Amino acid sequence: MSKTLIRGAKVLGGEPQDVLIDGTVIEAVGSGLSAEGAEVVEAGGKVLLPGLVDLHTHLREPGREDSETVLTGTRAAASGGYTSVFAMANTFPVADTAGVVEQVWRLGQQYGYCDVQPIGAVTVGLEGAKLAELGAMHESAAGVTVFSDDGKCVHDAQIMRRALEYVKAFGGVIAQHAQEPRLTEGAEMNEGVVSAELGLGGWPAVAEESIIARDVLLAEHVGSRVHICHLSTAGSVEIVRWAKSRGIQVTAEVTPHHLLLTDELVRTYNPVYKVNPPLRTERDVMALREALADGTIDIVATDHAPHPHEDKDCEWAAAAMGMVGLETALSVVQETMVDTGLLDWAGVADRMSFAPARIGRAAGHGRPVSAGEPANLTLVDTAYRGPVDPAGFASRSRNTPYEGRELPGRVTHTWLRGKATLVDGKLT
Amino acid sequence: MQRHLISAADLSRDDAVLILDTAEEMARVADRPIKKLPTLRGRTVVNLFFEDSTRTRISFEAAEKRLSADVINFSAKGSSVSKGESLKDTAQTLEAMGVDAVVIRHGASGAPYRLATSGWIDAAVINAGDGTHQHPTQALLDAFTMRRRLVGRDAGLGQDLAGKRITIVGDVLHSRVARSNVDLLHTLGAEVTLVAPPTLLPVGVETWPCAVSYDLDSTLPKSDAVMMLRVQRERMNAAFFPTEREYSRRYGLDGERMAKMPEHAIVMHPGPMVRGMEITAEVADSGRCTVVEQVANGVSIRMAVLYLLLGGNEPAQTRTEEK
Repeated sequence: MSKTLIRGAKVLGGEPQDVLIDGTVIEAVGSGLSAEGAEVVEAGGKVLLPGLVDLHTHLREPGREDSETVLTGTRAAASGGYTSVFAMANTFPVADTAGVVEQVWRLGQQYGYCDVQPIGAVTVGLEGAKLAELGAMHESAAGVTVFSDDGKCVHDAQIMRRALEYVKAFGGVIAQHAQEPRLTEGAEMNEGVVSAELGLGGWPAVAEESIIARDVLLAEHVGSRVHICHLSTAGSVEIVRWAKSRGIQVTAEVTPHHLLLTDELVRTYNPVYKVNPPLRTERDVMALREALADGTIDIVATDHAPHPHEDKDCEWAAAAMGMVGLETALSVVQETMVDTGLLDWAGVADRMSFAPARIGRAAGHGRPVSAGEPANLTLVDTAYRGPVDPAGFASRSRNTPYEGRELPGRVTHTWLRGKATLVDGKLT
Repeated sequence: MQRHLISAADLSRDDAVLILDTAEEMARVADRPIKKLPTLRGRTVVNLFFEDSTRTRISFEAAEKRLSADVINFSAKGSSVSKGESLKDTAQTLEAMGVDAVVIRHGASGAPYRLATSGWIDAAVINAGDGTHQHPTQALLDAFTMRRRLVGRDAGLGQDLAGKRITIVGDVLHSRVARSNVDLLHTLGAEVTLVAPPTLLPVGVETWPCAVSYDLDSTLPKSDAVMMLRVQRERMNAAFFPTEREYSRRYGLDGERMAKMPEHAIVMHPGPMVRGMEITAEVADSGRCTVVEQVANGVSIRMAVLYLLLGGNEPAQTRTEEK
């Protein structure tokens, strides 16, 4: 295979260096590396990161190919600088058997834009009643290690306990969508000052926090690890911080949109802002940023949730919940964390690559940018700033809350095991 | 005036007073032998009702017809909506038929706002009640009723409700009437107190421009008007209160409680009343209860709103022009 020399890149935001890719691996990192026989990419001071890893993506295939497919979703991922995405289980049929997870995994391999690591359902049909065949999904070609009923909460405490215990046998982790169902019946947005005024059903913070509190205690009791999906409130941060201080094996993710947007936007009744968990308050946003900076929240995960146009071009109550995020995640993180001085690029590499790969056991991803490592790399033009234009998205869906908003940073190149999937901002 | 009427909170004091004054003029039409004005001749108004509401629909229809508008009634039941047509397509279909204004009642909060702001249609949009959000013409007819009774029919012209103490009792959480009234009454200078069990008040109510009390008896002597909201019996199944009887005992208005109100104070209800629940028959049928007047006033208010939004020649200020 061919060689590529990335010349003058700030590796993890450090001093400019050259990085030589040979075949699928990084051959050397240093200054003044020879370009002989190599295609040269002039980085010109752009930041080089390990390929990003998204622990929370909805690829919609099988079942909702009108909103996204494995192909369009992995192209969107490559555009956003990702080399590995974890595909959530709430497809049709649900990814609760070895057959479905293998199909999704194989499609990812076949297209080659981004590795797809399927997440298995915790319970059959996401119904919260009966454990799915977790072991079979783990032993399948897909090698599932992360299990989640995302979209629904594993609300039955006994089922949750058993799931946490069971996956210890093969190093699995349960990723919980923390939402107490009875407290969120008819919920449409964050419960608070804005929902009171708008007359929309409230989704109280306590519905998330009570489940997280329960689950960290369960994880402690049975000695398992638990991962909290899309943590969204200041109170949740405090619970996770407390749990970590007790040595409980808990990890947590935050979405880009919860780092930037608040429920004030719902005053427009524009369903592009309808998402689950809902956009919270300014106070929550600030607590989430701080928690991501200090490591209480381990990772950024997109919760990329594509929906067709008609599911958002309607009244609030009728609209689907969710936002696309793969192609804007890094920009939002730069805006909220880097440009605010909360996190440096090494920190971004940790929260968006090293840590998610570690939590999900994604082999070959989230590795240091050094000689001998797989060449999964992302080159970012951090000096760029411009408006978000959904017309240019690779995703099949356009339900972004950032349309027209100026954001910093643009991924120009992505390499998956040495193969360029994105060159000068264009998919290969 | 603005082009649409979506929320009572969008009205400035001067807008609101203009509507009330215009409604007084409209009310005089109702006293004539021929109750009709040519103002909206040749204009088409559609009553787009996604939620059953006979009284509000008939009230709008009467107002539209008295202004000589062509009226189309559209009910979602049995229409293409029940076959899955979207709000957007329904609205565009109607507009293609040459509709000048859409009066919309919808179960989803914000549906009229979406209709007015999404670029789907150009027609004026009048909110006839959306979910648990707003019902601005109800708030206007309530304010109209209060001004007539508490200030005077002629003395009230040009006046607001400054200093009037208004108590709103009942299921505030699920009530678009309460939200609209708090907004409008505050704009008109009244002092509003909400009375309800804590379960029927929204989280966040503390930021509203009104006082909140859990105790009806102590609030009644300090009220110039007491508005009783309908409480649906089903709410008790969702644990908002233990039983119908307990609700009535603590928050219902009976003759004994009514006697604690000042002599001049009135009892209001947006209808439909649940007799025996939030209000006893004795109170509902008493001379202090304005329920029937409110219905009559509703037609005048809706005539005024349609006139000012669609046909009015009166110069009126919008909030932004004011500033």
